[in-house]
Amino acid sequence: MAKKTMNLTLHVWRQSAPDRPGRLVSYKVQNVSPDMSFLEMLDVVNEGIIEGTIKDAGGHGPIVFDHDCREGICGMCSMVINGEAHGPREATTTCQLHMREFTDGDEIYIEPWRASAFPIIKDLAVDRTSFDRIVAAGGYVSVNTGSAPDANAIPIGKREADEAMDYAACIGCGACVASCPNASAMLFVGAKVGHLVKLPQGQVERKTRVLKMVEQMDAEGFGSCTNHGECSRACPKEIGLDAIMLLNREYVAATLSSVD
Amino acid sequence: MQLNARIPAGPIAKKWERHRFEMKLVNPANKRKYDVIVVGTGLAGASAAATMAELGYNVRCFCYQDSPRRAHSIAAQGGINAAKNYQNDGDSVYRLFYDTVKGGDFRAREANVYRLSEISVQIIDQCVAQGVPFAREYGGVLANRSFGGAQVSRTFYARGQTGQQLLLGAYQALERQIGLGKVSMHPRTEMLDLVVVDGHARGIITRNLITGEVQSWAADAVVLATGGYGNAFYLSTNAKGCNVTASFRAYKRGAGFANPCFTQIHPTCIPVKGSYQSKLTLMSESLRNDGRVWVPAKKGDERKPGQIPEAERDYYLERKYPSFGNLVPRDVAARSAKYVCDDGRGVDGPGSMAVYLDFADAIGRLGQQGVADRYGNLFDMYERITGDNPYKTPMKIYPAVHYTMGGLWVDYNLMSTIPGLHVIGEANFSDHGANRLGASALMQGLADGYFILPYTIGHYLASHKQAGVTTDHPAFKAAERQVQARVDKLLSLSGSRTVDSFHRELGLILWDYCGMSRTREGLTKALGLIPELRERFWREAAVPGSGEELNPWLEKAGRVADFLEFGEVLCHDALTREESCGGHFREEHQTEGGEAKRDDEHFAFGSVWEYQGVGQTPALHKEPFTFEYVKLATRNYK
Repeated sequence: MAKKTMNLTLHVWRQSAPDRPGRLVSYKVQNVSPDMSFLEMLDVVNEGIIEGTIKDAGGHGPIVFDHDCREGICGMCSMVINGEAHGPREATTTCQLHMREFTDGDEIYIEPWRASAFPIIKDLAVDRTSFDRIVAAGGYVSVNTGSAPDANAIPIGKREADEAMDYAACIGCGACVASCPNASAMLFVGAKVGHLVKLPQGQVERKTRVLKMVEQMDAEGFGSCTNHGECSRACPKEIGLDAIMLLNREYVAATLSSVD
Repeated sequence: MQLNARIPAGPIAKKWERHRFEMKLVNPANKRKYDVIVVGTGLAGASAAATMAELGYNVRCFCYQDSPRRAHSIAAQGGINAAKNYQNDGDSVYRLFYDTVKGGDFRAREANVYRLSEISVQIIDQCVAQGVPFAREYGGVLANRSFGGAQVSRTFYARGQTGQQLLLGAYQALERQIGLGKVSMHPRTEMLDLVVVDGHARGIITRNLITGEVQSWAADAVVLATGGYGNAFYLSTNAKGCNVTASFRAYKRGAGFANPCFTQIHPTCIPVKGSYQSKLTLMSESLRNDGRVWVPAKKGDERKPGQIPEAERDYYLERKYPSFGNLVPRDVAARSAKYVCDDGRGVDGPGSMAVYLDFADAIGRLGQQGVADRYGNLFDMYERITGDNPYKTPMKIYPAVHYTMGGLWVDYNLMSTIPGLHVIGEANFSDHGANRLGASALMQGLADGYFILPYTIGHYLASHKQAGVTTDHPAFKAAERQVQARVDKLLSLSGSRTVDSFHRELGLILWDYCGMSRTREGLTKALGLIPELRERFWREAAVPGSGEELNPWLEKAGRVADFLEFGEVLCHDALTREESCGGHFREEHQTEGGEAKRDDEHFAFGSVWEYQGVGQTPALHKEPFTFEYVKLATRNYK
């Protein structure tokens, strides 16, 4: 038995280059199956634009967007859908969002992540290398290959390991930044600091790590947290706001004590 | 083409130790004088790039994604094997070695597999030291589980996202070296050719995916860590960007491509829904520890699963393989699912390709919470994709292309038939033989990257003192021109069909004729269809946009053009391997009971293909496999 299909109107942000003005362009899409993923729906739109079955309004060509694994783990997909990073469903990346969340006749607004630290490359694709530079500044344990003790030499309580895992689940997509009115990256940075601070292996560089990461975060132009909580609500991996509290605590503690 | 595997002499347990002593070393002060290119930043590439930079080499690293952290290793769910024997259940380096050679159906090199098993224990140590949050017991020690049919618990895991956590460990080590200036990282950059000077790999040609700039990069050695070719089938569990281009370009420059027909079809994936389907999603194999696979006993039974009484269900894996049951290896489970669906007993409507994976018994035994503790994130993912709640109704699953055991041929030093070109991780023809065991891919990627290549590349550099080559060399200029000409040719395609439509068509040909079950007739047919499709591609495809901007359709067109050539190599290999082994099942070669029939007398070798030109049958070379330690035996899971 065929499921009922939908007709939708999309309003998609089109921008040809970082320094060019962008605008919303509308597309009519017909016969969308509720079993399609959101990105599969956009694939169909793009194929239609290329083959001429969907009107290429404004002559912008097919819509550029980032995506890769399409199973919610690589963190590459990145769209603001109807004002929400990754769309309406909680704990879900855009690629895992399915059209059954929408209804026939819906108008859907699709925009890129917006933050000065994430410059737009084209249409919905943005440059998130600022996140990599924050990690390069200190988001690691300095241990060269070969110098590790036996894996069971240092016991780690299940609770600490689970908490570390909760923070480590961050996929670096940037939805937190996109949904914050200040474009703050504190949930992302807090998650990495939290992951490593919960483990004994992360203790040696505990202070320098948080100071360097925060310094880089500021240098990249991310804003500061003013407790809106939108970041955590948009996070597809449900990183809690406590990551930001932890980050603040760690940062203050590191600032107040001497660091060599 | 000369195939010298360079396996060290001596007893198997001493080969790697002996080899490490015999290999030449690069003086620590001289390492900074060497430049190494690494393409790909998955587990193998990121770990190799970071480790070589730690040793002092200058590393230049490339990936097509926007960040090295996004490579597809990240999607591995289940875990990583290591012969730690922390559970005191009889595991050992030798047992992991034995299981891997046997599981691979005796089509891998014993010495390499032994080394892999030996190194497995160091990998876990290294990852824990980096802060990888593996699952733990209440006493604080590492937890293990049995996985993919192993009879010991040797799999380490981090919830359902072991791949991501291991990759973050390697990525963070890589970022540390980027921060220290020892690695220069080029994301959103794709390798489009290999440059060979005087018979040695001396660099690559890349295209910047944002600006379109075609550039040359010279080095003293090149490392490919560019993953597998599962996307040749269009629908697979691979990420959308995964491709064969880097490996295939190296093959066209003279690197031998080994055993391409050894492809792994994973038994538990979410079935295909419609023609718009863009990829298939894996449901971790660990689900088979508690889920029971079944279909209705009679054909065309369209009742809901709950209305089919026990007596009218066929738990076919438990029936056919009473001692392994639902935990038979991947190739056996996948083929069995195909048979029951071909028999008209698929569970997603008439003619459908799906079987049930049922957790009702497990929920009865462990309670819903108990099941949620083990598989909660997988159940949530299933529900998000299908809209069905697997706590209430059985999951529907079907096999999908997942991993490719074949790849560029490498010797014991992980060097291809082109001196200086090293290949690691899924991209090489590997230690997994004809069938990879669960939780072994992560192990191999990290063994290659952290612990093998950083040694062996030093040996290559120390034993081949070469003149400096710059990108002004005519070989670079010629390769650059060829790359640019090909980009221009793709951009000139202005037909009426999308590149994706050709990719889908190729995928169907390969799935139908070179998928879970293969015949001489089908493969011959595919070898007629593929060149014809390729010809239509160059005539009828449409590539929109320009070459000076982010243009995913241009990227895709280049990759699909390569798949359209590579598909033929895949079918040639499947056609000439007149036996059934592991993931390669030839219907002509089966027992009366329908099990795979291996032919050790005639086919105990690796098939290594040498490029002869587009559309030409490649030349076949053979590396014989000898088994001194694991006795050749028929796999039996009954």
